Amino acid sequence: MSILVNKDTKVIVQGFTGKEGSFHAEQCIAYGTNIVGGVTPNKGGQVHLDKPVFNTVAEAIKATDATVSMIFVPPAFVGDAVMEAAEAGIELAVIITEGAPVKDMQMAKAHATKHGMKTLGPNCPGIITAEECKIGIMPGSIFKKGNVGLISKSGTLTYEGANQVCNEGFGITTAIGIGGDPIIGLSYNQILPMFEADPETEAIVMIGEIGGDLEIQAAKLIKEQITKPVVAFIAGQTAPKGKTMGHAGAIVSGSAGTAKEKMEALEAAGVKVVVSPAEIGKAIAEVLGKK
Amino acid sequence: MNIHEYQAKQIFKKYGVPTPKGIMVESVKDAVTAAEQLGGPVWVVKAQIHAGGRGLGGGVKLAKSLEEVETLADEILGMTLVTHQTTAEGKLVQKLYIEDGADIKEELYLSVVLDRKLEMPLIMASTEGGMNIEDVAANTPEKIITVPVDPAIGFQSFHGRELAFGLGLTDKDEQKNIIRFASKLYKLYMENDAEMIEINPLVKTGKGEFIALDGKMGFDNSALGRHPEIAAMRDLTEEDADEVEAAKYGLSYVALDGEIGCMVNGAGLAMGTMDTINYMGGTPANFLDVGGSANAETVAKGFEIILKNPKVKAIFVNIFGGIVRCDRIANGIIEATKITDVNVPVIVRLDGTNAPEAAEILKNANIANLIVGDDLGDGAAKAVAAAKGE
Repeated sequence: MSILVNKDTKVIVQGFTGKEGSFHAEQCIAYGTNIVGGVTPNKGGQVHLDKPVFNTVAEAIKATDATVSMIFVPPAFVGDAVMEAAEAGIELAVIITEGAPVKDMQMAKAHATKHGMKTLGPNCPGIITAEECKIGIMPGSIFKKGNVGLISKSGTLTYEGANQVCNEGFGITTAIGIGGDPIIGLSYNQILPMFEADPETEAIVMIGEIGGDLEIQAAKLIKEQITKPVVAFIAGQTAPKGKTMGHAGAIVSGSAGTAKEKMEALEAAGVKVVVSPAEIGKAIAEVLGKK
Repeated sequence: MNIHEYQAKQIFKKYGVPTPKGIMVESVKDAVTAAEQLGGPVWVVKAQIHAGGRGLGGGVKLAKSLEEVETLADEILGMTLVTHQTTAEGKLVQKLYIEDGADIKEELYLSVVLDRKLEMPLIMASTEGGMNIEDVAANTPEKIITVPVDPAIGFQSFHGRELAFGLGLTDKDEQKNIIRFASKLYKLYMENDAEMIEINPLVKTGKGEFIALDGKMGFDNSALGRHPEIAAMRDLTEEDADEVEAAKYGLSYVALDGEIGCMVNGAGLAMGTMDTINYMGGTPANFLDVGGSANAETVAKGFEIILKNPKVKAIFVNIFGGIVRCDRIANGIIEATKITDVNVPVIVRLDGTNAPEAAEILKNANIANLIVGDDLGDGAAKAVAAAKGE
């Protein structure tokens, strides 16, 4: 078991024939992801990476029954691509592109919600169910199959966390990068209950950062609904106020969104909070018992 | 991206948001000419820097004669202004805004920001104008009115009524005026991809009209591509020169005041690296995300920027290669040490894609002050020790 995606998930790629889209789609196919085609306007009818190309998402779904779309279109076209996917009936859009305007994401997410489509990202590494399905840009080889679910705002901290978990002798069920933009799709509070319900997931790693209050909301939910052990790290304890730290959403505004308040809230909810990401693996070994 | 008050007011005027008349100047002589042109009898001389709290810092002053305009312009132009929003070193005032005095009956507060929880713009208003809104929120939260506006329907009259009644306005003309004001402000917020607009104070005049006495605007960097006229308002002298230089090479850099320079891929891991150094008893000198397309040139540039800071006693390179291949980074480091004179210990931790090859490359290069870290914890510990001279 796993959450959201597995080896049978049928995936299309929006922005399939572009440089980024091509490179990463190829890597995903090599990993075993069931990519059934792609969409690039005016290239419908062509074949790319041995898969059919369609002009629209609607045509792609009609021909392939795809349920998930991996989006690589340039930033200015992300909003449009997400809304097209939503209306065509895609169930989950994984938005990799970095630098989409915030206003576009407000509109696109509202429209996706209206049409019952889930979104991940933008500006995220994607989602991977270990040894089954990779939809995104993460290095597949570090994700060994196992019993730990991982959810993170940061791409490289996802790799760091997963790598440590695997080095301790455990592995990953599904790892999800939710992105660090001001407006994102699925977040802790939608994904944590999925891990709770997944019989194979025995512990959860949650990686957050400064800015916004998603981690505070997560603390509340964990206290009420999550019985599996959670290990958390919040990046940015040493970040100065009022400065955007790489991710557009990673900013301490006045006194709000600090790492300290998030760590305290999570600790109060019974989460094992580590002060350094170097401790994630050890903390998982502690909560699951040494292998 | 932030802009100056005088630039924000140019945009306000375009949208019919009332502001006092004013002229931006860069010399004392022009300040007097501007004041003559405006006519008086009262002027406000305002320092133009990208930070709030200018009044308290002595950067905003009232002049009642042309002579006074001259004296104040001379005093403020070239001063280094320290406010609660600047660094301790403050900001050099290079531009002034000479503005007509306003008829002030009441000072209010009005802003539009993105509410990340509701995922839509939020209009905030308060009767407590002229104060730091964070203090108002902390001490008297009941005095802040918040009205979210769903972009799908846009600003409606009821949004305006909520504001008007929330501010305790009972006069029908005043209600109409504030509704019209807020409606225009929302329109310009949306049309220009603003991140925030803050008017503090918003002035109610004796005639019951509303005027933006101040204006602060920030924009979504990701949307600047479709607003060239706003992108052109960028004032690079207001930004940190090293951050600007780094950005040219796709590096995201923020200076801190510690001793250990950091070069990391990914924003989250970059912050996590700073936190780990701190946890192990060291102090990070900077945040630096080399991004996903790091190569020899960007790595070299990173070293150059880090080493400009004389406080740096060691550099910790922490890369978890995903798409970025570690062997390329290793070669980049070797190239960088050839181009730049790296005179402090460099601790390198490379993990992920092609890490074993990278370790081999670094070992064979025989660089004198290069130390290999086995993992994040080990690398950070070695960097902290090296910075202490151990």
